[in-house]
Amino acid sequence: MASVAQGSVPRQPVSEAHRAAARMEAFVAWALAGPAFFLLILLLLGPTVAVVVMSLTDWLFGATSFNWIGLENFAAIFGDRSFWRSLRNTFVYVGIVTPLSVGIGLGVALLIEAGTSLRSFYRAAYFLPVASTLIAMSIVWEFLLHPTVGAVNVMARALGFSGTHWLQNPDTVLPALALIGTWQAIGLNMVLFLAGLKSIPRDLYDAAAIDGVDSAWERFRRVTWPMLGPASMFVVLITAIRSFQIFDSVQVLTQGGPAGASEVLLFSIYREAFSYLRAAHAAALTVIFLAIVVTLTLVQARVMDRRVHYG
Amino acid sequence: MATVGIRDVRKHFGPVEVLKGVSLAIEPGEFVTLVGPSGCGKSTLLRIIAGLERQDAGSISIGDVVVDGYRPKARDVAMVFQSYALYPYMTVRENLALPLVMRRLDRWQRLPLAGRFMPGTREIRATIAAEIAQVAEALEIAHLLDRKPAQLSGGQRQRVALGRAMVRHPQVFLMDEPLSNLDAKLRVQMRAEIAELHRRLGATFVYVTHDQAEAMTMSDRVAVMMGGELIQVAPPRQLYAEPDDLRVAEFIGSPKINVLPAVARGDGAIDCLGLALPGPRETPGARLSLGIRPEAVAAVPAGTRECWHGTLAHLEHLGAEALLHVALDGAGRVLVRVDPDRAAGFAIGNPVALRPDQARLLWFDANGARVRPGGRLREVARG
Repeated sequence: MASVAQGSVPRQPVSEAHRAAARMEAFVAWALAGPAFFLLILLLLGPTVAVVVMSLTDWLFGATSFNWIGLENFAAIFGDRSFWRSLRNTFVYVGIVTPLSVGIGLGVALLIEAGTSLRSFYRAAYFLPVASTLIAMSIVWEFLLHPTVGAVNVMARALGFSGTHWLQNPDTVLPALALIGTWQAIGLNMVLFLAGLKSIPRDLYDAAAIDGVDSAWERFRRVTWPMLGPASMFVVLITAIRSFQIFDSVQVLTQGGPAGASEVLLFSIYREAFSYLRAAHAAALTVIFLAIVVTLTLVQARVMDRRVHYG
Repeated sequence: MATVGIRDVRKHFGPVEVLKGVSLAIEPGEFVTLVGPSGCGKSTLLRIIAGLERQDAGSISIGDVVVDGYRPKARDVAMVFQSYALYPYMTVRENLALPLVMRRLDRWQRLPLAGRFMPGTREIRATIAAEIAQVAEALEIAHLLDRKPAQLSGGQRQRVALGRAMVRHPQVFLMDEPLSNLDAKLRVQMRAEIAELHRRLGATFVYVTHDQAEAMTMSDRVAVMMGGELIQVAPPRQLYAEPDDLRVAEFIGSPKINVLPAVARGDGAIDCLGLALPGPRETPGARLSLGIRPEAVAAVPAGTRECWHGTLAHLEHLGAEALLHVALDGAGRVLVRVDPDRAAGFAIGNPVALRPDQARLLWFDANGARVRPGGRLREVARG
């Protein structure tokens, strides 16, 4: 916007008339861009700034007054062991969901693209978990993982394993949630990879065949994977950010339990804000959460940009 | 250097028959161009030779080996694509190296890092590097080796694509409209370069294009394809002067040949727009077409006898020649190629008379097959 206004001003105005015309043009540029700029600040930047401001106070939800307490909220958070646990849990969850769902999504996309029959059926089937809400589907998962009648334990016992109460065992609750998250994330990754695969020119495979690249693995390594570079960067990024926002399955299935073993960052924020009504404390947690997501975005975009751009 | 034999090759795509039994024997070291309008099946035929597509019937041989069922890699052919199909994520050097890497290094030696420590890898990599340098030198792209394709101009990409084909010295080069993405000036230059390259390498070239000028300027023989069939295979000069089919006559040559309606007369002559011309003996009343090249018609002063009469509708100066567009009094237009000095004598809108060169008349029957004055040389056999 600023560049629109500045760009239209000549470097060396020759006369007063020129200068007046340039001023007029700058004014019109601001007038035209103004409303959009105002809404941008009000709707997008405003709430974020509000959260940052709130995190510097001791405001309780519904209270009529508050005090400025500087960074005390943050000091309290960093001194709190349960914060570090929920942060670690979130990273473990992201660390399982991202590679698994990206890898399986890519595999499924390759298989669908390689076959000729029932393509739209497979596409729809794998996309179903994305379209359905995780809250409703969690009921099904809760049943599947039920210690006595759940299908998972029934099968485990049939195979000679003892099985466990997956969602109540501190050792298994996080991996179980991560598997549910993976199950849900595969579909979207598959669709994104399918779009990426479609954009690879057929000529490249023909040229590769002539050049002697004729096993499926070599074809993948020499053509498909490098050509999917931009798509995979996007997929990894979007999966990491989405799984960082894990909340609904925790809320429905475990409430952060047992004993905080499945407490994740967003769930902590929710509980602080809406159960304990400690709005300022929750705002500080949100600022930390935003900082991590933004950093993740920047770092990932930076690192992967360098590797996937064919310039 | 190898022969390429195409025997009765057929190909369907769904209900559409793209190749209706094509046969062609290409000599070792020959430059043969498959030319025809888009959709005539020429690219499909090339892809079948390369092994990228499987024919429904018929067979392909390269050298003396029938290669049906061989993978492209096993056929010892190289191909240059219209889009160049360079790997955008590899440098020019890596693009040129890939065909050699895939053939000379085994699976373990090709491994990304560990491959370097396998026995023999270093020696093979060194010879590959030397050969790439040689090809890059020959094509004058040595200074581009470390760039990615996106950093190259269209002409440079074209050279890299040629280099990737040349680098492993295949017996047969297949080229699928390699010049059609270049601008007109560069295309003329690359035309000459590819023809020279062919002479230098001595390999067999099969070249596909829809541009008759490319076909005429580069080839030893031109194979004209239409509707999935080869209509005529001949050296360029013969194709131009002695077309077997009206479609060939119309496709080859720029500007296009003039085609005028004619009717056989009782006395053995043929009446073409009121002018009696010598031609093949046909039953009186038979309908014919006269094909006459723009340079086989002379523009003479208006009123001359034994001529077609018309008015000059348009005049094009092309430098070395000029083209007169003459609207005939009866019907139709005739294009006449004249010396630019003589063109000054004509003014648009003025009457002009045209005299055909009777030695250069091309007659075609109602089916478009050539009829020669001595009688029918080729019976109509199309179906």
